Amino acid sequence: MTRGDLQLDSQGRLRHFLTIEGLQRQTILKILDTAESFISVGEREIKKVPLLRGQTVVNLFFESSTRTRTTFEIAAKRLSADVININTDFSATNKGETLLDTVRNLEAMRTDLFVIRHPDSGAAYLIAGYVPAHVHIINAGDGRHAHPTQAMLDMFTIRRYKGSFENLRFAIVGDVLHSRVARSQIHALTTLGAAEVRVIAPKTLLPMDVEKLGVQVFTDMRTGLDGVDVILMLRLQFERMSGALIPSAQEYFNLYGLTREKLAYAKKDAIVMHPGPMNRGLEIESAVADGSQSVILPQVTNGIAVRMAIMALILGGQP
Amino acid sequence: MTQSPDIEATLARMQEELRPYLERRPLIIGIYTGGVWIAERLHRALGLEEPLGTLDISFYRDDFTRLGMHPQVKTSNLPVNIEDRHIILVDDVLHTGRTIRAALNEIFDYGRPASATLAALVVRDGRELPIQADVIGQYLKLNKNQHVKLSGPDKLILNIQEVG
Repeated sequence: MTRGDLQLDSQGRLRHFLTIEGLQRQTILKILDTAESFISVGEREIKKVPLLRGQTVVNLFFESSTRTRTTFEIAAKRLSADVININTDFSATNKGETLLDTVRNLEAMRTDLFVIRHPDSGAAYLIAGYVPAHVHIINAGDGRHAHPTQAMLDMFTIRRYKGSFENLRFAIVGDVLHSRVARSQIHALTTLGAAEVRVIAPKTLLPMDVEKLGVQVFTDMRTGLDGVDVILMLRLQFERMSGALIPSAQEYFNLYGLTREKLAYAKKDAIVMHPGPMNRGLEIESAVADGSQSVILPQVTNGIAVRMAIMALILGGQP
Repeated sequence: MTQSPDIEATLARMQEELRPYLERRPLIIGIYTGGVWIAERLHRALGLEEPLGTLDISFYRDDFTRLGMHPQVKTSNLPVNIEDRHIILVDDVLHTGRTIRAALNEIFDYGRPASATLAALVVRDGRELPIQADVIGQYLKLNKNQHVKLSGPDKLILNIQEVG
């Protein structure tokens, strides 16, 4: 059994949402289609449907987050679920309680769905492997491993702007080494049949054997961005860096920062994405982040509909 | 499987029954999928100027926890503000009444209509809620194990199937 199998029940239905790896193309497309129908809920006056009325969702965040936690909270509330937010700063884990004990206690309060972010890779798996059948887990980011809902909202945004994946070239740029987002994006794009997925980064920010994930590796922006349709920027994650992996901020910006000049190497109608939070002037120039090719804020809006879809599919026991 | 003939005559009759409602400047709203086809026909035949509304009640169904998400959810679209307006809600088959209950709930999430009238192409036995149609295309006397389904949209045909 691979890690991905844990998220499916005996009939192959999604029980948890832990990783994109191992998901079938049709499952990913179904999530995207379902999300499309939830977009309209966010556009009307009363932005709420009664689908998850009476269900309890706990956002359990052991790592800081604004965007992800907030969009999960809004998504759950728009589905009429009751939402409780627990951030590590205020939790008993600082008093020595173990992760599983924390979950056990929250589960004793009849929680139906946990949305978990944790600095350790595999934390969501640990919990998913432990909880009883009626409790569901969504991975909102585990260490360097996966951030599957971010990748899903990226795929949703790409499909909305570009229509499909098959004939498009993608470039994932920056701190691939520390990025759970990049890993989930690569799995999603290759599963959806992207024509080419490239990663562009200095050697020090590339994981070993990254080629084995099915990507083309570039260390130069000019050749890497040449002819691409979609640029997926990554955040430099200083908090996960243990040594000096980049020479200096200025030199990194000069070589890998997405400026208007470097953006011109890509196709004229290329879109620019970033999962946030952005380091402006480091991995991306403000003129690009706020420019006409940027879809960074639509990504945030789309994140709500995508998370609504994943919650509804998981809690509805969808075939 | 049998087919019930002459939907066109039924539609024409419904159209005449709805005509007295026109002075209230009603909005027509169809329920996916069959109800939208019927609503489109009536909307065109009655010559309403304001656009047709459509409802997909999947997010309002009462059997979600048992059946899960419907695989193909359409997008509800009420292009005109329904506040204080008279609504003609259109569905293809009125059976248990649960779809109409869900549709009314959804409509009230958009605003407070002045009134809601129900027009159904087919009305059959089996009501589980106190919901009745105001304009009825035809009654069909069906057994519990018979299922009626409208196919379309180009040619509307009512199919009656024996199930289980």
